[in-house]
Parts: sequence; structure tokens; C-alpha cells
Amino acid sequence: MNHQVTITIGGLPIAVHCSSREFLTMLEARYGNFLAESHIGSVRPEGVALQLDIQLIESAPSDDGRGADDDLQVSFERGHWLMQRGDFLARWDPVSGRGLVRQAPYPYAIDSVMRIIHSLVLAESGGGFLLHSASAIRNARAFLFSGVSGAGKTTIARLAPPDATLLTDEISYVRRLDEGYQAFGTPFAGELGIPGEDIAAPIGALYFLRQGPRNRIAVVDPARAVAMTLRNVLFFADDAALVEKLFAAVCDFVARVPLFELTFRPQAEVWDLII
Amino acid sequence: MSSINGARKYISRGENVAARMLGGEMMIMSVKDSTLFSLNETASVIWQAADGVTPLREIVEREIVPHFEVDAETAYRDALELAEELARFGILRIADEPAG
Repeated sequence: MNHQVTITIGGLPIAVHCSSREFLTMLEARYGNFLAESHIGSVRPEGVALQLDIQLIESAPSDDGRGADDDLQVSFERGHWLMQRGDFLARWDPVSGRGLVRQAPYPYAIDSVMRIIHSLVLAESGGGFLLHSASAIRNARAFLFSGVSGAGKTTIARLAPPDATLLTDEISYVRRLDEGYQAFGTPFAGELGIPGEDIAAPIGALYFLRQGPRNRIAVVDPARAVAMTLRNVLFFADDAALVEKLFAAVCDFVARVPLFELTFRPQAEVWDLII
Repeated sequence: MSSINGARKYISRGENVAARMLGGEMMIMSVKDSTLFSLNETASVIWQAADGVTPLREIVEREIVPHFEVDAETAYRDALELAEELARFGILRIADEPAG
């Protein structure tokens, strides 16, 4: 018998089917904030639901001994996206929305597959992307804090004041809605280990983080902003058409959203600048 | 070194590149390897005029010389150097004949 749980991130529901009730219970615990119906329209065409069938296997599917930390490969062949890492094999049809994942019975593999699918769907729509950044809502606006590992994403999330609502400390979900951009909460947690809230708000600013002796905000010129944003976008596919769409989306984002470089001391006072 | 008095040169945009004008600069990305280039104002003008059929010298005399404080020969030499540099990355193509 097949069981189902639907995980909705960024307004895009993915129905996950599996014969193991135990595995889905584990997913329900992990994605608890993201199991509700979305109130915001999906970037996918109406009526095309996304579905992943999970086949659990005892050991990693690759037969060459690679593990979960090995390089991810994403390719498009004969109408399907193929995703392969040491701990999973997945195949997804972007037209029907259906896919199959063969993986060991832990959540990290399906977590990665969902990140890839969301990144592909957003790139194809030309209206958003996943960004390596912490994000939080304050005063009804979302603020994003981007940077490579060690730049301070988790630190600034940890320092957030009580009136800020955490969307993520690791991967932000950026979507264009009407004439502006919104940031959605994601369950994709970093060192904080806490999933974000399933809410969204218009993006007030994107800050590129660096730690320093004092707090300082500097405007980033558009060319540098595009380069810095692209550097932190999650994108896995070696596909020229999608890369072109992603580039256009990032340029549009940079033209519409204020971008700054935020040098900060890792103390709570930095949030006095985020208003 | 390029001969500024040599045969006519024609420039066209490379394939597999995406370009957007942003804040007065042309942002160009090679979609093959995601390499990103940003062109200054004069380079952006040359990129936008690179239609493969207008000689580079004519582009310079029409689009650069009247709008920037530079003499025609210097402007042409700089434009050719820029075109050769971008051609090395596949961003532009240089030909001795106009595109068919």
C-alpha cells in the first residue's frame, strides 16, 4: 500500500509517495511547517501536480562505493532530469511532474532531490531561484543575508531579535510575484538546525555578508551584485537554456531589489541596521 | 599587434551568451561555463552594434567618436583590441567578411 505526504515550499506542492509509513512519518516530522496547503499560486501550470515515488533501498544505490558527500550530477536525457549522488538516484519528468527516487531510508536524499526540483522549476519559470542565504521577516518585509559557508548566515540568524521571523538560515526561496520579489520560508536548515516558517513577504533588501570590526552597510553596484548573486544561487543543471533564463532572472532581481554589502560584528546590534 | 589599417573587420555576438543592460553596463554571461563579463559604456555600445554586417571601423566612427572624446584611430585601435579580447572568450566573433 502506498502512503502520501505533500510538502509545499514556495507555493509549490510536491506529493511524496512511499510504501513505508514509517519513512513518511519521518518526513512529516522534518517538514512539519510545510505540510499545509499553499495560499499562494504555484509557478507551475495549473493542474500539473508534482509527485515523487520513493523506493527505499537498504544501501546507497551507486555500486561504486560513493557516499552522500560525493559530487552531485544532474543531466537532462530523453525528456527526463536525471539526478545522481552517492546516496540516491532520481528521475523526474518536468512535463508530467512525476518522478522516481531510489534512496536509502533517511531524509537527506529526498531533501536534496526537492532542492534540485525546486531550482529547476524556478529556473524554467524565469521568475525566481534558490539562494544560499539566511532570511527573516521584520516589519512585514523580508531581508536576505547571503554568503558562502562561514560568511555568517547562521550567525546573523541566531542574532535576530524577537520581532524577526526566521525563514531559513541556509537557503532562501526567491520568487517574483507581480512587480516585486518575495522570499518564502524553507525547511532547508543550516547549522541552526531549525526549519523556517512557512510564510512569505516582499523582499526589502539582500545583504552580502562579511564579518568585520564594525557594522557598516555599503551599496553594491549592479554588475558586482549580479556576479555576487549568481555565485550564491543554487543551480545544479548543466543546461544552457536554463542558465540563460537564470541569468535573466538574476539581472531582473538586481534591478528591482536593493542590494548591499553588510560588514558586521557578530553582535545583536547589527539588527539595528535591518529595518 | 593589430594592424589598424588592415582589412575590414566585422564583429558579431558569440553564440551561447546571454546579455542584459544593467545600470549602464552590459552584463554578459557565457551560458556554457557561466563566466560573467561586465562591459563599460563604450564596450557596451560596440557590443550592441555588433551585427556582423557593419564594419567595425564604421561602428566606431558612428557610435563612439561623436559621443566620446577620442580620435578615430585611437578609438578604432581600442575597439579592435576589445573585440579580440572578447573573441578569445567566445563572447564576440571577428570576421574579415560580413555575415551572409
